[in-house]
Amino acid sequence: MTMHDLAVVGGGVHGATAALFAARGGMDVALFDRGPLCREASGVNAGTLTMQMTRVALMPYALRAHAMWASARDWLGHDVGVVVCDGLSLAFTPAEEELLTYRAGKRREAGAPIVLVSGSEARRIEPGLSPAVRLAGHCRVDGYANAYLTGLAYRRALLEAGVALRESTPVRGVTPTGAGFELDTASGTVRARRILLAGGVWIEPMLAWLGVHLPIKTLVNQLVVSERVAPVMRTVVGIANGLLSLKQYPHGTVVIGGGWQGVGDRERGGVELLPDRVVGNVRLACHAIPALRAARMARAWAGLEAETADALPVAGPVPGVEGAFVCGSVHSGYTSGPYIARLLAERILGREPDLPLFPVDRLLSRPRAA
Amino acid sequence: MSGPLCHRVDLAVLGAGPAGGAAALAASRAGLRVALIDENPEAGGQVWRKPVRPAARSAKADPGEALRADLRAGGLTLLYGRTVWSVGASLDLDLIDGESGRWERVSAGRLVAAGGAHERVVPFPGWTLPGVVGLAGATILLKSHGVAPGRRVLVAGCGPLLFAVAAGLAGTGIDVVGVADLAARGDWLRAMPSLLTRPGLLGQGARWMASLRAAGIPVFFRHALRRAEGATGIERAVIGPVDAEGAPAPGPEHAFAVDALCVGNGLVPGAEVTRLLRAPHRFDRLRGGLVPVTDEAGRTGIPGLYAVGDGAGLRGAAMAALGGEFAGLAAAADAGRLASDAFAREAARLRRAMARERPFSDGMAGMMRLRPAQVRAIPPETVVCRCEDVTRAEIDAAVEAGARDVNQMKQFTRCGMGPCQGRMCGDVAAELVAARVGPREAVGSFTARPPLRPIGFDELMGDFDYADIPIPEPAPL
Repeated sequence: MTMHDLAVVGGGVHGATAALFAARGGMDVALFDRGPLCREASGVNAGTLTMQMTRVALMPYALRAHAMWASARDWLGHDVGVVVCDGLSLAFTPAEEELLTYRAGKRREAGAPIVLVSGSEARRIEPGLSPAVRLAGHCRVDGYANAYLTGLAYRRALLEAGVALRESTPVRGVTPTGAGFELDTASGTVRARRILLAGGVWIEPMLAWLGVHLPIKTLVNQLVVSERVAPVMRTVVGIANGLLSLKQYPHGTVVIGGGWQGVGDRERGGVELLPDRVVGNVRLACHAIPALRAARMARAWAGLEAETADALPVAGPVPGVEGAFVCGSVHSGYTSGPYIARLLAERILGREPDLPLFPVDRLLSRPRAA
Repeated sequence: MSGPLCHRVDLAVLGAGPAGGAAALAASRAGLRVALIDENPEAGGQVWRKPVRPAARSAKADPGEALRADLRAGGLTLLYGRTVWSVGASLDLDLIDGESGRWERVSAGRLVAAGGAHERVVPFPGWTLPGVVGLAGATILLKSHGVAPGRRVLVAGCGPLLFAVAAGLAGTGIDVVGVADLAARGDWLRAMPSLLTRPGLLGQGARWMASLRAAGIPVFFRHALRRAEGATGIERAVIGPVDAEGAPAPGPEHAFAVDALCVGNGLVPGAEVTRLLRAPHRFDRLRGGLVPVTDEAGRTGIPGLYAVGDGAGLRGAAMAALGGEFAGLAAAADAGRLASDAFAREAARLRRAMARERPFSDGMAGMMRLRPAQVRAIPPETVVCRCEDVTRAEIDAAVEAGARDVNQMKQFTRCGMGPCQGRMCGDVAAELVAARVGPREAVGSFTARPPLRPIGFDELMGDFDYADIPIPEPAPL
């Protein structure tokens, strides 16, 4: 039986990027997903690549990841529909001005090139904006990808890099053997020297295979997309507290996000959208870009997002299990994912990553008494 | 006001056609408070649609008029002209009143989904030209608006609607240049024994055929559209022979100069509500595609959710009305408002009536079924998803690129992402993926999403103050 150098479980942005760079670094890599590539969070998120919703601690990573997305054609080799454009975070009330000023300041200290601009200056940058805007954070490092193209782009890149791609192949369990791991998969047992668990919200049950208990909270983010309409905006728009993301794609659809919560869980996925919150999110979007009122809602859905106890990523070796690694649960993970996963691939390849990883130990609950 | 106006009732019925109408009446007579909701301004659905000009026959003999009168007779909350955009796990419905723009919510805890069917058009070159309309679309134009689809019209497709529309158009003085039927004359003759069980409807069919003969309208059996041509709208329609499975067969083509083309290849169940709520479904070719799994009374796998009529699988108006009544009574029984022995008596009666209708219903459903060979013959450059202009070749290319189910194909191509959300193209697109990947069960169906109908943001959000938007707590910094 073949012994892979690395088996990756989970084919989202994290698992797929790590698999890609590990394979390019010379490893024999197999990638498993229970479904097609990038069909959960990595394929159904709003695609926003903004610094104005990024956590301060992640800013150095997000800035480098943004540069990766912007040059995806060079390193990934395929198009994910990335558009780099201006981003605006809006304040409509004095309280929001205060919040924005504080948050933009912290993010600027962390390296994001955000400047505060007046409402009229914001409307010069984004003519579609409501006159109700009092203050805005303006960041030139912003943009968006077309998330549903992620799977197709990575699929091509992984096959070109020689990764053994095992879509629609659930992994039921992983056993350390001393010399590596045995994966119990839907198509038989697979052996690998190293293993990377990159299952997003499913990292918790995956780590349980190795006897490690790491609680992962599941967020259920509601999203709305309009039918194609004539241009109503040209920037990525959010609000001070982060509860809106809004952009218009080149083909004319407008995607409204911001993390308004629907109903769902890890077992069932995003099962239900709450109408009051759909209406609230849409009202907020149309308050920011009034011309959007004339569009029609084509579709709404809910996608899962993973969050650790401190809302910072897990990316590094699994404590106490030689050869096992974990990567995921990155806040705004789609934005920062490619860079963090590439750092971890460097570590798996035995090199020193350019920036620190995110050790798992800090999040582990005390082992239960025997 | 920024929130919805709430209607609290015992049972919500979505769709006021034969199935929904019967369900609402049966449940109401059994003592439930019922809200009946439809997007049209009047009850009747598609088959009993209220005509803009009153029919010649008396209201008594007209099942649509009888239904509308019964529903008006009292006791029901009639919510017509409403766009329903959301249905939640609690079975609450969120709707917009088209007239006032008002946001309403119907809370019942029990829901009968009676959404009817959508038209299926198997794409052919030129089918997106202006002047090409569906058979049901043509019926709506004629009945609800008194508008003819054109002056010189070809009618093509399959199933009884073909002859109903051809005869209806001819009866209003429109020049029907021909009828192209996918079925052979022999297919109809083979269906005869089942048709004989409904002499009334058989007689109606015979009258349609007689009126076509009298008007000298040629019927081309076992023929299908090859292409439609025209600069800015349809000018020419070309038909050619097909084999028993719907694939093009050798033989002469016939071309017609027309300014309209009415085409329909049967119907697809409008099962959006049960799909959105993730009730168990199965694929059933005879019933038009993906249908909810139900018991005889329309109970789905979700407690309190019933599915009836063509939206639960194509069976036609008579079966729909019986199934609707069954579900309405079951809802009353399940709510403890109808004694079990009384329900058992009614159930026995309905079972007998349904058994009488079944042969005819199955015969007609068979004539309307999708012919897979017709789908496989769609030329590569032909648009399949007309909202997003996705061609057959692009769907094939997505499968070549690794798509193994329809939702992956959708992400690769945008097929089904437009305003119709796959209601028009979904069945044919799934058939195209299945032709290369495996059975229809394996390739699945487009994941159902809200809204149930496209809805304007303006309508959706109504008037509001910024301060009233319940913005959640800020994300962590």
